[in-house]
Amino acid sequence: MISTKVEICGVEFKNPVIVASGTFGFGREYAEYFPLSRLGGISSKGLTLNKRDGNKGIRIYEVASGIMNSIGLQNPGIDGFIENELPFMEKQGTVILANVGGNTLEEYIISVDKLNDTNIDIIELNISCPNVKKGGMAFGIRSKTAYEVVTEVRSACKKPLIVKLSPNAEDIVEMAESCTKAGADGLSLVNTFNGMAIDIYNRKPVFNNITAGLSGPCIKPIALRMVYEVSKAVDIPIIGLGGIMDYGDAIEFIMAGAHCIQVGTANFIKPDISIDIIEGIEEFMKDEGIKSLDEIRGVV
Amino acid sequence: MKRSYRKGIIPSNIQIAPNIYEMKLATCDPGFGFKGKPGQFYMLRGWEAMDPFLARPISISDISNGVITFLYEVRGRGTHIFSKLKEGDVLELLGPLGAGFDLNVKGKVALISGGIGIAPLIYLMKRLGNNMDFYCGFRSVPYYTDRIEGKVNNIYITTEDGSVGHKGFVTELFIPEKYDTVITCGPTPMIKTVVEMCKEKNVPVYVSMENRMACGIGTCLGCAIETTSGMLRVCKEGPVFSGEEVIFDD
Ligand SMILES: Cc1cc2nc3c(=O)[nH]c(=O)nc-3n(C[C@H](O)[C@H](O)[C@H](O)COP(=O)(O)OP(=O)(O)OC[C@H]3O[C@@H](n4cnc5c(N)ncnc54)[C@H](O)[C@@H]3O)c2cc1C
Ligand SMILES: Cc1cc2nc3c(=O)[nH]c(=O)nc-3n(C[C@H](O)[C@H](O)[C@H](O)COP(=O)(O)O)c2cc1C
Ligand code: FES
Repeated sequence: MISTKVEICGVEFKNPVIVASGTFGFGREYAEYFPLSRLGGISSKGLTLNKRDGNKGIRIYEVASGIMNSIGLQNPGIDGFIENELPFMEKQGTVILANVGGNTLEEYIISVDKLNDTNIDIIELNISCPNVKKGGMAFGIRSKTAYEVVTEVRSACKKPLIVKLSPNAEDIVEMAESCTKAGADGLSLVNTFNGMAIDIYNRKPVFNNITAGLSGPCIKPIALRMVYEVSKAVDIPIIGLGGIMDYGDAIEFIMAGAHCIQVGTANFIKPDISIDIIEGIEEFMKDEGIKSLDEIRGVV
Repeated sequence: MKRSYRKGIIPSNIQIAPNIYEMKLATCDPGFGFKGKPGQFYMLRGWEAMDPFLARPISISDISNGVITFLYEVRGRGTHIFSKLKEGDVLELLGPLGAGFDLNVKGKVALISGGIGIAPLIYLMKRLGNNMDFYCGFRSVPYYTDRIEGKVNNIYITTEDGSVGHKGFVTELFIPEKYDTVITCGPTPMIKTVVEMCKEKNVPVYVSMENRMACGIGTCLGCAIETTSGMLRVCKEGPVFSGEEVIFDD
């Protein structure tokens, strides 16, 4: 018998496949295509304390082997999530990660405090948002700033805390070490890469914000390298993501040291792609005579 | 459960005007013919290996006996690939998606299309039992007008270069107060003008909007537009909106 079970931060996942924040909404639309109970877990759309309408102008732009996005964290706010989305998610029989973003430390703290008393399983702290007080530079760029935020959030947070790292960090390993020291129970990486596109006929950037987040298979080799380096440097569990399109990609991240993986942009390519990945992992384990993912985790 | 991407096979894919093609798709699994209401669309992929990366949204232009018709204009790489597909080639598609048009409109209806915006309106015309006029604007060469003739009271054709019909834009011929309901699809500047004309005369107007899409099912929020009731997704709440609720940016 094979087992795809994984336990991280004291939470059991029936399989290592989690769907990534911002690529799965709150699950409602995908529930029309497959039972969400099949998933290891769902990371919610990035939540901010207050409701946000997101960015104007072009929000999605296709590039070679991926997309750029500038959604701007459109979300119903923490209260809207707790009232209207969480009751649905709770019924799905899968692990719930609440992905929390914010522009100020206070915002993070109040959001986490509101989530403490709910049935969510894990808080996934997105530190890639711009830090308004520090001139818009993301919390997730400098290890020192990230350390301060994670320390504060850790002491306010009663749930297991996973910090989601930005690949735009000055030094990803140092960043991972700082977040670990600050008390993170786990790390997820990577978020989108900061990129840019220009409309040559209008002689203007495609995006109103000039830059936007790059995701999809084009980022996978870099994401994999980062997961590999970070897993060698820290002892806490890692969720690996970035361009995972099939079970082979997922296994690569696990072999690089990840406990779980997340499927992001791929959800847009085929609504039930995460099921293909789960089934592919099971097949691979059978074919290779692997009984538990512990046997291959971090083998390289 | 809804069906994820499935395969369709091409009985025909023909050019009907410069850059304009009509493609028919039959189902590959017997017993599951294609379905959909006017205004709904499918996400289409006519290539393997995710290159181009995203599927393309195309409106239903007709469905009969489970065979779907798409009318499309070659704009970039994806639609160019569509135009090269031959009889017997296989595509992947997801749908029907979106909410589509309300078929319970009352009174006299004006359908107004600009260019390829005619695609969903042709299907709508077939399903509406109302008394209708069809205004269709083209750049230079009209298409599909033979399908409209005889089905509506009046057809008004305009071309920007004057090669056929009135020279100029459809909005130059359109008189909103003649109608109880107006429905339009086409380039945003045209839609905007139609909405302004209708608002001025208090005539209800419905618009079919376009936007860049990744998922087509409501989760990426890439296609959301600003409306009087907040951000709404073109792929889910739309693509049809009431003209009064859409906030057009300048
Ligand atoms: C709901 C809906 C229904 C549509 N129905 C039709 C139809 O019936 N017939 C038809 O010819 N066209 C239709 N379109 C427009 C069609 O989707 C685009 O022309 C097409 O996606 C362009 O792809 P491309 O690869 O040729 O162009 P590229 O410019 O190479 O495409 C690059 C990217 O931008 C997107 N994109 C570019 N232009 C548009 C656009 N105008 N709208 C949405 N996405 C765009 C593409 O989907 C792709 O992701 C519809 C669009 C929407 C949103
Ligand atoms: C449209 C879109 C929206 C996203 N929104 C969020 C978000 O709200 N919070 C977050 O932490 N990450 C967000 N992400 C990042 C993804 O969760 C993921 O980290 C990234 O896309 C890399 O993985 P992928 O290549 O598999 O998509 C978003 C990504 C996309 C494409
Ligand atoms: S295309 Fe993804 S939400 Fe509409």
